[in-house]
Amino acid sequence: MPSRQSSLPDKIAIDMTPMIDVVFQLISFFMFSLKVVSPEGDFDIRMPLAAAAAAAPDDQQVPPVRVKLSAAADGSLASITMNGNPLASFDELHQQIMALVGTDTGPNSLAEKTEVEFDCDYTLKYANVVQAITAVSGRVRDGQIVELIRRIKFTPPKMPAE
Amino acid sequence: MGRRRAGAPTTTDIDMTPMIDVTFQLITFFLFIMNFSEAEQDDRIQLPLSQLAKPVEGLIEKPITLQLTNSGNVIYAGELVAVRDIGSYLEREKMAMRDSGREPNAATVIVRADGRAQAGEVQDIIRICQDKGFERFALRAQYDEGR
Repeated sequence: MPSRQSSLPDKIAIDMTPMIDVVFQLISFFMFSLKVVSPEGDFDIRMPLAAAAAAAPDDQQVPPVRVKLSAAADGSLASITMNGNPLASFDELHQQIMALVGTDTGPNSLAEKTEVEFDCDYTLKYANVVQAITAVSGRVRDGQIVELIRRIKFTPPKMPAE
Repeated sequence: MGRRRAGAPTTTDIDMTPMIDVTFQLITFFLFIMNFSEAEQDDRIQLPLSQLAKPVEGLIEKPITLQLTNSGNVIYAGELVAVRDIGSYLEREKMAMRDSGREPNAATVIVRADGRAQAGEVQDIIRICQDKGFERFALRAQYDEGR
């Protein structure tokens, strides 16, 4: 307790006010600058310009899977075809990819060698493309991501015929 | 201040220690949850959702972030640019990389495109980047916690 006794030196009272001022200002700064962000992730795509024309033949033992996404007039998804076969939904696309590569997903596996080429209509909403990439590149099983096809490329963009 | 004098009435000393403890804990909490890498995120972009879009581990080497808005413009370094004009900006990036002894194919172009934007515009961006020698792309999506 800060009682003064004659034999002891005076106890120095530290003025806490400036420190508390600064500390509260720091708290206010952090509180106001706080922005809650939802987690984001990437789909990695390696698409060199030259590879579109000349692909290495020994690297391309598995023919590429061509997925065509057609757009309706409002930019929504009109149809999906995989190697020319019409599909009803992205779930079906995922099932087809699963049937194609099976459970062979390790290094040097069929899933690693297979390439998917997306041919999208220019006006298609981009969210559909991401859904299609999601369908071919993996699935979530028991909270873990099981990767399927990682090699993804796009056909060159075609301007809408207007 | 909190000194007790013989004649004066006793002043009550408030023990500041618990308050300062809590305050410093609050500061530490806000410091840790603050995301310093969010400079490249823009509220105008509504990213498409994907359940496979788990946050990337580690840093992307030499990232160049291009954000495509719903209206078909690109936000590059905080500036709104038309898609067809990003070539000159990428040329500058390429020169800067060459000056530091790196080729553009070592860089990753992060495409943060709005889910409502046209797929063709994203492909246009990729094509322009390819013309400038960039070949690594990262299509960014928001992690979908539902489903």
